[in-house]
Amino acid sequence: MRVVVDLSRCEGYAQCAFLAPDAFRMHGEEALMYDPEPDDAQRERVLRAAAACPVQAILVDRLEGRTAEQDVPVTAASS
Amino acid sequence: MTSADNLRAFRRDGRIVIVGASLAGLRAAESLRDEGFTGSLTMIGDELGEPYDRPPLSKQVLTGWVPAGGTTLPRRRDIDAEWLLGVPASGLDLATDHVRLADGCEVPFDRVLIATGVRARPWFVPSEAELDGVFVVRTREHAEGLQRALAAGPSRVLVIGAGFTGSEIASICRERNIPVTVAELAPYPLVGALGAMIGEVAAEMQRAHGVDLRCGVKVTRLEGDAQGRLRRAHFDDGSTVDADVAVVALGGIRNTEWLQGSGLAAGVWGVACDTGCRAMDLNGLITDDVFVAGDVARCPNPVYEYRLISLEHWANAVEQAEIAAHNMVNGQAERWPHLSIPRFWSIQFGVNIKSVGVPTFADEVVVTQGSVTDHRFVAAYGYQGRVTAAVTFNNAKWLDHYRRLIETAAPFPPPCPTPDQPLDTKPVPVDFPGPTLLAQGATVVVTGHDPGERRVTAAHQHHR
Repeated sequence: MRVVVDLSRCEGYAQCAFLAPDAFRMHGEEALMYDPEPDDAQRERVLRAAAACPVQAILVDRLEGRTAEQDVPVTAASS
Repeated sequence: MTSADNLRAFRRDGRIVIVGASLAGLRAAESLRDEGFTGSLTMIGDELGEPYDRPPLSKQVLTGWVPAGGTTLPRRRDIDAEWLLGVPASGLDLATDHVRLADGCEVPFDRVLIATGVRARPWFVPSEAELDGVFVVRTREHAEGLQRALAAGPSRVLVIGAGFTGSEIASICRERNIPVTVAELAPYPLVGALGAMIGEVAAEMQRAHGVDLRCGVKVTRLEGDAQGRLRRAHFDDGSTVDADVAVVALGGIRNTEWLQGSGLAAGVWGVACDTGCRAMDLNGLITDDVFVAGDVARCPNPVYEYRLISLEHWANAVEQAEIAAHNMVNGQAERWPHLSIPRFWSIQFGVNIKSVGVPTFADEVVVTQGSVTDHRFVAAYGYQGRVTAAVTFNNAKWLDHYRRLIETAAPFPPPCPTPDQPLDTKPVPVDFPGPTLLAQGATVVVTGHDPGERRVTAAHQHHR
């Protein structure tokens, strides 16, 4: 699955690191490091972390599991 | 046909081309579909593959936790676009409304969004830049190469340039227990962005973590061995450092060369636009069908005396993309201005550094909360008696408070909002080296005398 965190919004509450520790880790007291493509086994935990974020900074892919064929860029311009 | 009919027809089956398929381009495409645009959408990008996120490249990827190919951006929705990837745009013809690609293809549009961003500034001697072990970090491929070099356990890494990216890379080297030398021409790290007071704190942090920090020096030569591998760097003070990896972190170059001859106000500072993200032409006239977003946009901000400001910030790219997309498919009365206060973050040496506002738009700075020695504090920046920016070290929860102070032109220095008032709350001069936002060079010249003759032409500057 794909995740991005708006770190300019993140205030380091660490709820995500508590709920999905394999995908979200604190670096020092306040800084967040995360895995942008966590394993699908993490899915439930990552969704819970996204829902629990006090500043709603975690965006999870909405096309999850059905990446639209027409939206996957495969063609080079020259082809 | 009225303009409202035109707009309806355009929203239904117009042609929009987005040049630049990274964060700003992708978010703009999603917003266009959110806004109900059902016409054709073409994404042009010079890199192959789906749009990916860049901030993790100098952090999670270099620590070895996340693979370089594992930062693909999540999608907010289907965008139903045609993707033309792997070939850069080489020209924009506003007489016939075409984007020209480097392979000769021409792509017609009714409206176009320019989101071509920034590329890494390469080492200034091409033969030295090609040595094995010399890196820049901007793309996935760059990060992958550097990660591999770090994993191989180099004897020493040399980081050239102690801005945010260079400092983050130095931090990761220390985390991986790799000896690292940082060379910076200015007197302190981060000083160009945050001034001397914060620069001093950053220098102390680097040294406390075992970085061999050398400020006020210039790297003059990168020396390779017979196999073309980097082995030594020479400094302008005559000293040398033996290193098998060098990371050139000297900032970026805005991708505007392809717009030369387009008639747009594009140059080394970016592409000028209004707060609605509509591009400006060389004469300072706002165009109707050309929009700009992201790192390449140079947008006025009324809070900062309407100065044109280019920002290489993640949140700025997202916000401008949404504003540009909205304005591309709405009429004059519904247009939105991009008026948000810039926000930025950097993670280094275990500290979360964040800023709000424009720190270079300041004449004084003061620590308003917390303790500098504990690396947990807030510093406020002021310009002529009002708050214009704030920087936090491990104190991000206070940024929003300072954003409101900036938006309301609150008096500087602001009072401490908490009981942890620092002992020394006397503002000091902000002290930026070199040209700052308050003294930017012009990139155009004005010619002609009669109103019908007066024109502006670009004074093309060299990149270095």
